[in-house]
Amino acid sequence: MNTATTPRALQILTVITIILFVIALGLVFFYAPREATMGEVQRIFYFHVPSAWVGGLAFLVTLVAGVGFLRTGDYKWDRVGLSSVEIGITFSIMTLFSGMLWARPSWNTWWTWDPRLTTFTIVLLLYFAYLMLRQGIEDPGRRARFASVYGIVAFISVPITYFAIQLARSIHPVIFGSANPNAEGDSSLTPEMLHTFFFCLFTFTVLYVTLLWHRVRLASYAERVEQLKAKALAA
Amino acid sequence: MAEGIHREGAKSAKAINDSATVAPLRFTQYLRAVAAIVRKDVAAEIRSRELISAMLVFSLLVVLIFNFALELDRFARENVAAGVLWVTFIFAGTLGLNRTFAAEKDRGSFDGLLLAPVDRTTIYFGKLLATMIFMLIVEAIVIPVFSVLYGLSLIQPLLFAVVLLGTLGYAGVGTLLACMAVHTRTRDVLLPILLFPVTIPVVIAAVKSSAGILLASQWSDIAIWFNLLIVYDTIFIAIAFMVFDYLVEE
Repeated sequence: MNTATTPRALQILTVITIILFVIALGLVFFYAPREATMGEVQRIFYFHVPSAWVGGLAFLVTLVAGVGFLRTGDYKWDRVGLSSVEIGITFSIMTLFSGMLWARPSWNTWWTWDPRLTTFTIVLLLYFAYLMLRQGIEDPGRRARFASVYGIVAFISVPITYFAIQLARSIHPVIFGSANPNAEGDSSLTPEMLHTFFFCLFTFTVLYVTLLWHRVRLASYAERVEQLKAKALAA
Repeated sequence: MAEGIHREGAKSAKAINDSATVAPLRFTQYLRAVAAIVRKDVAAEIRSRELISAMLVFSLLVVLIFNFALELDRFARENVAAGVLWVTFIFAGTLGLNRTFAAEKDRGSFDGLLLAPVDRTTIYFGKLLATMIFMLIVEAIVIPVFSVLYGLSLIQPLLFAVVLLGTLGYAGVGTLLACMAVHTRTRDVLLPILLFPVTIPVVIAAVKSSAGILLASQWSDIAIWFNLLIVYDTIFIAIAFMVFDYLVEE
């Protein structure tokens, strides 16, 4: 098996991702119109929401991979789960920081205890815990099993947490809720904005797939190195 | 002796086969196995008295520390009492959870439990119930003390229901995660890190409903938190029931 070279399909996908990303940047800065009330800073929206989407998608993939590993015992699933968590954390941090940059001029604060924001922070902590759990276990089989279980438990807790926080906050008025342009069904977006947004969403999804593929390949190489090391030590 | 063990093993293999076909008949046996584990943990605790006394003293210390940290005057007290109470329970619960599997593992008796010819989820439910009993004993002592120290009337039937449901949810997830944490290098440190972000809904719902009861709110305002607690408990205990086998398989 020729594992030393990148597969042709992945090479092509990487190039496509780069091209898509350049187009997305072009759309964001030159095609999408300037937002009337918030000004240029609103353009963060086109990367902010897709990052959040990729974060959620990545953690969902970890849940699926966890179920897959527990059912089949195939380590391929474990590699997918770990890789997806790392990508998910990266994109969640991007969401958080781009959100703060956006919040400062439009809400006049870096941080608010808005349910979405709070839940996102808890999600980040959950998956940091996932990585710490993996770090603490030496035996690969046990590590994969425990990580799968935690990936499942963590993902299922997120909607309940969001619901609870929203309910707890709803007693106080949510000041910024209505000013949030990524609320669903918001009709204030012009067609150009919508085009740009959906293109960015698509681009980020492709970017996720590309990164995941690269990361899973890296993980399987790391595993092979471990195996070779063990063999060399045993010999 | 060897003959006896052999026969035991054959019987248990047959028992496992049977459990697939005639489930209802096995249910009482399942309960008996759970009860045996609970009895064992409670008996060990009665003889050593190390866990409950530690949890209790720790809880009282937390209550005292909050009193100084928050400068609780009469008005502040009514607002934050529910929060202080639950933070106390949760910290004390973490102490208890850390020990449930650690004690077994350190003495090497966990392998013995795994060898028992019963469904392994009985270990989960046994440990869950034992942890709950310990937590409830501590809570039953802390609540009256808290009422006296803070001048609040906490002895209310609804509040007991909240305490029961909240403790069940916390111990339910906690027992599952404690079983993982005990196998890691940094086990005592790791458990709260794994546990707290998952149990945030329990904490929110328990604090909100307790606060509602303390402030004598209407049932319609409290009911939603009750429902949330029940939903959370059901979902996570079901998940734990499904995945626990994977945690203990060797």
